[in-house]
Amino acid sequence: MASVKKAKTESIAREKLVEMLEKMLLIRHFEEASIKAYQQKKIAGFLHTYIGQEAVGVGTLAHKLPQDAVVTTYRCHGLYLTLGGSPREGMAELFGKVTGCARGKGGSMHFFSKEHNFLGGHGIVGGQFGIGIGAAFKSNYDEDNAVSFIFFGDGALAQGTFHECMNLAALWDLPAIFICEDNQYGMGTANSRAIANTDIASKAEGYGIKGYTINGMDLQEVHETMKKVVHETRTTRRPALVHMKTYRYFGHSVSDAGLYRSKEEVDTYKLQDPILMAGQTLMENKWMSEDDLKALQKKVRAVVQDAVDFADESPEPPVEELTQHVFRDEVV
Amino acid sequence: MAVTEMREALNQALKEEMTRDEKVFILGEEVAEYNGAYKVTKGLLDHFGPKRVIDTPISESGFTGLAVGAAMMGLRPVVEYMSFNFSLVAMDQIISNASKMLYMSGGLFNIPIVFRGPNGAGPRVSSQHSHNMESIYAHFPGIYVMSPSCPADAKGMLKAAIRCNDPVVFLENELNYGLKEDVPDGDYIIPIGKGDIKREGKDVTIIAWSRAMGFAKQAAEELSKDGVDVELLDPRTLKPLDMPLIAESVKKTGRVVVVEEGHFFSSLGAQVSESIYSNLFDYLDAPIARVAQSENPMPYAANLEAATLPSVSKIIQAVNQVTYRN
Repeated sequence: MASVKKAKTESIAREKLVEMLEKMLLIRHFEEASIKAYQQKKIAGFLHTYIGQEAVGVGTLAHKLPQDAVVTTYRCHGLYLTLGGSPREGMAELFGKVTGCARGKGGSMHFFSKEHNFLGGHGIVGGQFGIGIGAAFKSNYDEDNAVSFIFFGDGALAQGTFHECMNLAALWDLPAIFICEDNQYGMGTANSRAIANTDIASKAEGYGIKGYTINGMDLQEVHETMKKVVHETRTTRRPALVHMKTYRYFGHSVSDAGLYRSKEEVDTYKLQDPILMAGQTLMENKWMSEDDLKALQKKVRAVVQDAVDFADESPEPPVEELTQHVFRDEVV
Repeated sequence: MAVTEMREALNQALKEEMTRDEKVFILGEEVAEYNGAYKVTKGLLDHFGPKRVIDTPISESGFTGLAVGAAMMGLRPVVEYMSFNFSLVAMDQIISNASKMLYMSGGLFNIPIVFRGPNGAGPRVSSQHSHNMESIYAHFPGIYVMSPSCPADAKGMLKAAIRCNDPVVFLENELNYGLKEDVPDGDYIIPIGKGDIKREGKDVTIIAWSRAMGFAKQAAEELSKDGVDVELLDPRTLKPLDMPLIAESVKKTGRVVVVEEGHFFSSLGAQVSESIYSNLFDYLDAPIARVAQSENPMPYAANLEAATLPSVSKIIQAVNQVTYRN
């Protein structure tokens, strides 16, 4: 495909690239399965998929160390899976089952993993910035050399919390990386209608920190640039702002038909599909054959099917759970 | 045991708990170098240093959110609001994040934070600095709400709040910071959920908390001169209410007056009354009377401010009503 550029291959070892491709495939298939299950009415409420944006999370979190923390929006399944969250527990959460990663109490918007310091998917736009800088604050408090990854959508740039938390992070040298997943629409509102200055990285200047702009459809560019950004934040303790230009192929959520954008626009981005591009790079370099790719897809499909079966067969939370986990310390 | 001001009792609780547990830190506007807008944090910066006593910019939503994230990662923040009115700016962090986190994470992330500061009306501060926030925070599951009325309680309750593994909204009162009484030394803890009888009596129970308890005490003194024996009950923890203690008192007196600084409609006092009607109806000899702030924003003018707040005379009138005197 003409628009698929030949990617730089030197910097990423074959194994790493295959591993990241596998994660992106897992997310893609997981999300496709979730849409199908939604149509079958096995999933309800909101469902915001990560399809199209996979390279952002996968390329960035390749640099996460165990002590680092991650927080994001309601579009949270992809990051959860990237970090190693169990596909079974993720799907079970979507199905509202007690075996889910939040015991069926959080649902699609609230995936969590304590093991991976995944501090959640959050449902209020901009509500997670404080959590992210709080994790960075804790790292300085305990001197554990962690960084904090804060993912958010372009829609959150208009919220006060973005600016408050950028200010606090810069003021106090909090090692937080603000990653704007700019899929160009805050629900149905194009960001040119919501943000006064759409050169998002330039907002870093106002806080005296560095800003970066990255093609979020290009896994290798994300991976390489974020390696530098993460290293810099980890060593200097200065926050950074990263503008990831990306795109979601589906609507804001499954109930959104996406009538505010053209089919041509969507198709243009599909030509730059991160999975397509990464697979092409691997094959061009003869690091992977078409058969290898098919085998990888088959493996991932089996993992997702297993997750769906697990979710299907799992029980709902017992009614006694209704009033559990309101408090850790129950006052009698 | 020494005679201690309320602000100093709170300071002792903070100092003792920060000494006991190095995960405890305090942040808020003017808490460090200024020594606290009301001097509750006086001396803490010198004692613990800037790592644990942190001046924030005027950025309530930002620093409250920061506290939630720090708590999720294992720290135990105490967030001071210079005035609880300013917590309105941070309400999404307190309610959508702090109060829901444990539940929506299926029990994975608890939030040990104390949100504390002066609640209610200061003197002559008009409409935006005088909200009573107890009924608002008490509405949401996942937050404990406490409000002390005296120095000893303030110390024991704040220590319990800091040790709690869940969010606690801890409502003080600017006009109570100077109250003085004996405060126990050292590890003095008043558990969450335990109310207290501040004065025993047999004729009528007045339920009040925070500054309203001061008005109730004066009213009880006045009424005793007329031979009315008032029992004063301070729930101390407003959520959950100490219903066993309330039941004991109501069964004894059969008559109840609820006094609060907050507005009349949809208030904590309304909830206290409902809890009594639903659980103790058969023990009541009269409908409950309520004294609360009238349904208007706080005015600046001295006479209007006095007219809107609870007062000794309004409480006496309410007691007369439930005892069918006059």
